[in-house]
Amino acid sequence: MATFTRPRTLKETITHYCPGCGHGIVHRLLAEVIDELGIREKTIGTAPVGCAVMMYDYIDCDMIECAHGRAPAAATGLKRVHPDKIVFTYQGDGDLAAIGTAETIHTANRGENITVIFINNVIYGMTGGQMAPTTMLGQRTTTTPEGRGMHGEGGPIHVCELLRSLEGVCYLERTAVSSPSDVLATRRAIRKAFECQIAGKGFSLVEVLSMCPTDWKLSPDKAVKFVNHEMKTVFPVGVYKDK
Amino acid sequence: MGQKVLLKGNEAMAEAAVQAGCRFFAGYPITPQNEVPEYLSWRLPQAGGVFVQAESEVAAINMVFGAAAGGARCMTSSSSPGISLKQEGISYIAAAELPCVIANMQRGGPGLGNIRASQGDYFQAVKGGGHGDYRLIVLGPAYVQELYDLTMHAFDWADLYRNPVMILGDGILGQIAEPLDIRPYRPIAELPAKDFALTGCAGRASRVVKTLILQPADGLVHHNEYLQQKYRRIEEELSLYEEYETEDAEILIAAYGMSGRIAKGAVRRARQKGIKAGLIRPITLWPFPKEPFRRAAERVSRILVVEMSSGQFVEDVQLASECRVPVEFFGKGGGWYPLDTEILEIVESMQANPSVWATRKD
Ligand SMILES: Cc1ncc(C[n+]2csc(CCOP(=O)(O)OP(=O)(O)O)c2C)c(N)n1
Ligand code: SF4
Repeated sequence: MATFTRPRTLKETITHYCPGCGHGIVHRLLAEVIDELGIREKTIGTAPVGCAVMMYDYIDCDMIECAHGRAPAAATGLKRVHPDKIVFTYQGDGDLAAIGTAETIHTANRGENITVIFINNVIYGMTGGQMAPTTMLGQRTTTTPEGRGMHGEGGPIHVCELLRSLEGVCYLERTAVSSPSDVLATRRAIRKAFECQIAGKGFSLVEVLSMCPTDWKLSPDKAVKFVNHEMKTVFPVGVYKDK
Repeated sequence: MGQKVLLKGNEAMAEAAVQAGCRFFAGYPITPQNEVPEYLSWRLPQAGGVFVQAESEVAAINMVFGAAAGGARCMTSSSSPGISLKQEGISYIAAAELPCVIANMQRGGPGLGNIRASQGDYFQAVKGGGHGDYRLIVLGPAYVQELYDLTMHAFDWADLYRNPVMILGDGILGQIAEPLDIRPYRPIAELPAKDFALTGCAGRASRVVKTLILQPADGLVHHNEYLQQKYRRIEEELSLYEEYETEDAEILIAAYGMSGRIAKGAVRRARQKGIKAGLIRPITLWPFPKEPFRRAAERVSRILVVEMSSGQFVEDVQLASECRVPVEFFGKGGGWYPLDTEILEIVESMQANPSVWATRKD
């Protein structure tokens, strides 16, 4: 009989994430996949600036904390000097699709053989709920009190769709962590993304639709519904590229 | 003796980096340093290293951040506007104590400025540049050979002190071609093991390279105190400068880098005319070589600072000479450089009017 235990790659500690936050779930999935693939001792992770900035307190492998948006650049430096190691970034939407857009696109375009775990919670979590590049039209945030508008703010950026055209990208999938089946799909996608890297195929990215109950000002259960009913309509889950 | 070749400063610096074991370079094109990435784009792969043309200077410095954290000898180069873009990354690298070399072949500013040589980024280089209390080791070479030699040392000092080192050159030094002795690399000291390097945690506890310090509440204060102690130690151990004809000098010229080299010509001319002029040319700009200025201030009657900027380095000369003798200034910003004959004229007028400030106002 299988027992539910703590993955080796997950440190035995309590996280600082809010109740109902998606970051903790994705951390666990990431740790499980690293264990499963037996790559913990050759993996180097990069932490973002965002709510997951201290993820090195939870994930037990070599890690570097990067400047806001620059994780793909730091990962490029690391991977190029250690091509035999497994390098991943873990980034929020502000980090990856606003301040770090150039790094994201060019790292993908160079086909850097790294894996990106992209947490899309349609908001700036850490700084208290401002508009993110992925914030949906009409969504209220502390800097779009009337709801995000097409004119002036522009629409949400669809990262998988945007990156799909780039030659260097080998694998793109959007998943969620808002139901047991979504969690399992995310786990499979993360595993697939790392397998692409192990096979030397190039840039792989998993976009995870993730809950931020605190800054959405919703209870954890309502936050789950928000992902399932609102976010998935704007950001359809599925495989966007697999080559 | 190594092989003698004719190389531009930028190429000499790039070759020195390869000789010193640099195996990662990331950069973004900007004049007048383009020969550095161009040279390394073929030379590094030849030496088993990696060259990446980054999408911006911001990306380049963060690639270096990653490569340095990975334990590789690594470098980036740029010129003034690009160096401004790198400042956040430089602050992170200094905070994380990662060794790397950053070259700034300065051009005229502010803004897009021009592509003539300048020394307008002195404050940015030696006083900080990015956010927070940190220091770079800053080197100001004046000759292609010196640039070559110092670049090799730069990698050693970076490793020795776990600190970013900046080579503060300028457009002339980058573009000038001079005969160069390709000296083989020899480490200046026994270098510490890179026990911070992220290499995968096989057979050891996992490592973290980070700059966020929230816990304990005074953790960042302590980290700053520790960094400052390190900087004090570097100040005690590192001081390079050239003294020329200073023994009996009455008029002392202070200048670094290219203006130091031009000023040396002026001293030579002044001596031919019987004027007792001398030169102190700091080579480490941080730490600033205070001692020779303290000594000189006891003997000389006046100091003339020559600088390819509107007056930055002059403040360090005033501090180092403790304002014991009048310090005059000859410099302009915007990609201007002095002629030795112009400097000579000022020295002559200083000699003729010992009590009058001779600063040119044209
Ligand atoms: C250069 C810079 N600009 C701004 C910030 C402030 N900042 C910290 S986290 C953050 C937003 C993070 O949002 P996101 O990437 O979506 O991650 P989340 O917190 O939602 O997980 C910002 C703007 C910073 N640390 N550095
Ligand atoms: S603010 Fe949002 S993203 Fe950040 S920890 Fe809380 S729930 Fe998670």
